[in-house]
Order: sequence, then structure tokens, then C-alpha cells
Amino acid sequence: MAVAVVAMAAAMPVVADAGVALVKYEVTGGESIAKSLTGKPGDAAKGRGLAIHRKKGNCLACHAMPIPEQSFHGNIGPDLAGVASRYSAGELRLRLVDATIVNKDTIMPAFYRTAGLHRVLKKFKDKTVLKAQEVEDILAYLLTLK
Amino acid sequence: MGIEQQGLKRHLRLGTIIMALIGVGLGGSIANAGSDDKYRAGDRSSGYTYAAKETRAMQDDDFANPAYIWIDQGEALWSTAEGAAGKSCSTCHDDAADTMKGVATRYPAYDKSLGKMKSTEQQINICRVKQMQAKPFKWESSQMLSMTAYVNSQSRGMAMNVKVDGAAAPFFEKGKAFFNERRGQLNMACKNCHEDNAGNMARANLLSEGQSTGFPLYRLKWQKLGSIHRRFRGCNKNVRAKPYGYGSDEYVNLELYVGWRGRGLPIETPAVRN
Repeated sequence: MAVAVVAMAAAMPVVADAGVALVKYEVTGGESIAKSLTGKPGDAAKGRGLAIHRKKGNCLACHAMPIPEQSFHGNIGPDLAGVASRYSAGELRLRLVDATIVNKDTIMPAFYRTAGLHRVLKKFKDKTVLKAQEVEDILAYLLTLK
Repeated sequence: MGIEQQGLKRHLRLGTIIMALIGVGLGGSIANAGSDDKYRAGDRSSGYTYAAKETRAMQDDDFANPAYIWIDQGEALWSTAEGAAGKSCSTCHDDAADTMKGVATRYPAYDKSLGKMKSTEQQINICRVKQMQAKPFKWESSQMLSMTAYVNSQSRGMAMNVKVDGAAAPFFEKGKAFFNERRGQLNMACKNCHEDNAGNMARANLLSEGQSTGFPLYRLKWQKLGSIHRRFRGCNKNVRAKPYGYGSDEYVNLELYVGWRGRGLPIETPAVRN
């Protein structure tokens, strides 16, 4: 509910090399994707579930989060408690889409990217880890962490 | 060797150890438990130092270590003649305790006639085909795991010391490049976890340095012994990358690089890990 959604007039689907449509996005200032990937508000409750889901966001693999019912949070990345006080929606969206844009050495997977990957298993080939709306849902959840 | 004979052997060995314990005094051996200094060399630490207390205890005690089923089988195979030449390993190599001592510290090694690196498994099959005129073992078969574990276990406690210069140098560079190259949908390199994040938690898993000195090892998750190439394949699939084949040049070169990363660490075969 807390997501500031930008109208989607500019978010036109583009056809990637492999024929899979990815939503086109614009990176501003090298560190932010201001516009929603879908134009549809993210669902924070769904996003929380996707953050836990081991085959989707799996955020807990690397990050501690204020999700007390789940045990064993990772500590590879920063604690996400209060993350929305530290980053804007656009900055968080960029980090979900492709964190290597802001830090080329990061271990964090790009959740919305298919280009430039090496030896992807056939069943994941030309697929993003998260769908565009799933990125928006997780973002909506992250924006509740103030 | 039949099951009964194997059982008898284990009982005999148990008896020997109990007598040895009585001899040195039980207190002395307990006093040493818990120190893992011998599993470190320079800035490098074996997966043993990352393992849970219960897992370490299984490895520390040869009778609790489930890998000994394979070691016993390997010992039996060592002197079993197979193939048209009517030879066994022991026909040429006599007692493995003497002739195989140190082998695990040197492999993978450069092979002039192949013009590339060869792993212990590959040398075993070269012997089987050329010397014994027997069928090669399949890579992840019980026999190959048993023989490799038996051979490598002869070097227990000796320092890892693979040769990476001279003819091995270009293969070492390839292995290093593999270790540092991102792959798969999750776009991760070996180094992301095992160099940059060793000691950190990936959910409930404590990331280790990815050292190779315990292979083949008994993995609790597998409920059996497995080769290092099996582990490489598992890691590759975890990051949603296409794995290479067992015995592929890519994995043998990676095995060389990983061996070098663990230089100075003691051979632990057969180790136990989670």
C-alpha cells in the first residue's frame, strides 16, 4: 500500500534478443529506477511471502529481516530492518532488478535480468528470477520496513 | 570380501583401537578433542573447522565414520585381480600404505601423454584399461569412490601440495578463471561464497572456504560417499548453472586450483560433512 506508483505510459515491453518480453526500465542517476515496472501497485503481503519463498526472492538466504517466524536468517548482505529509511523506492527497485548496476562485485543475483548470463540451466534460460509484478510486490513489502 | 569378513575386520580393528586407548589412557585422547589447529594452514582452514561438533565427531572416530564401508571395499578391491591381464592394483603397486602415500597431495597432476591434467579417478582408470585390461570404473560408482577414497586415505595428515607451475601452469590459470567466473541464472562465482563470504551464513548453512582435502567424503545430505566433481556439479546447479560432466577438463582444472587454495592443509579423506 505504501508504494508510490508511477503511471505506466512509458513502460513499454521490449523484445529481448531471445524473444522474451522484458519490461523496459530507465536507470536515473546510475542508482534508481523511479518508475514501476508494471504500473500496478505492489502487494506488500504477497511481497513478504515472496521474500521468504526459497525459489523466488529467498531474501532470507542472505539478509536478516523482521520476519520472526522464520528461523535461520543469512548474514551475507545487510540487515533489511529499516531499509526503507535508508533507500528510496527507486533505489530499492534498482537493487532488486539488478544490483550489479550499483556494485559490480556484489554477490546479489539480478532478479529481473536475462542478458549477459553464463551457462544458465535450460529450465531457467531467458527467464528472470522474479516476474515484474513480483519485483513490485517485494518492493512494496520492503517499503514497509522503516 | 564378503559382508561377514568385512564385519569381522571392523571388529578386529575396533579391538586394536580399544587396546590402544587403554594403552595411552583414555584421558589423553579426550584432552586433544576440540583443538582444530591441525586443520589450518596459513590463512586457510578446512571445512572441518566449519563443521558442527557432531559432524566432526563422526570424522574423528573411524568406527563412527560411515565412509569406512567404502574404504574397506577399496582395500578389498586393491588386491582383487580383474581384466584380461589377470592383474590387481597390488600386482604392480604392492602395499598401498607405502606406494600410495602422498598421492592425494599431488593430484590432479600433469600427464605428458594426455597433454593435460589428470585426476586420481582418471589415473585409476588408465591403470585399469592399460595395465589390467579391465573395464574402467564409472566416475561416481561405488567401486570408483571406494578405490579413490582408499588411495587418498593413504595420505591422511600429509600436507596438500599440488604442482601448479611448469606444464601445469596454463591449467591452473583455467581453473582459477572458472573459480572467479559468474555463472547461472543467479550469476554467482565460486569465489562469491567461498572466498568473499566464508564464515557467513546462507540461511542455516555456514559457508566454508570450499577446501577439497577431504574428498571423496561422506556427505550427510547424500547419505553416501561422493566425489569432488559431484560437489562441483551440485554447487553449479544451486546457482542454476549448467554443470559440466564428471571428469571434464573444466572440473579437473578447477580441482587443481581448489587444491592449490588448500595448500598445506592435511589430507582428511574420508572426511564427513553436512
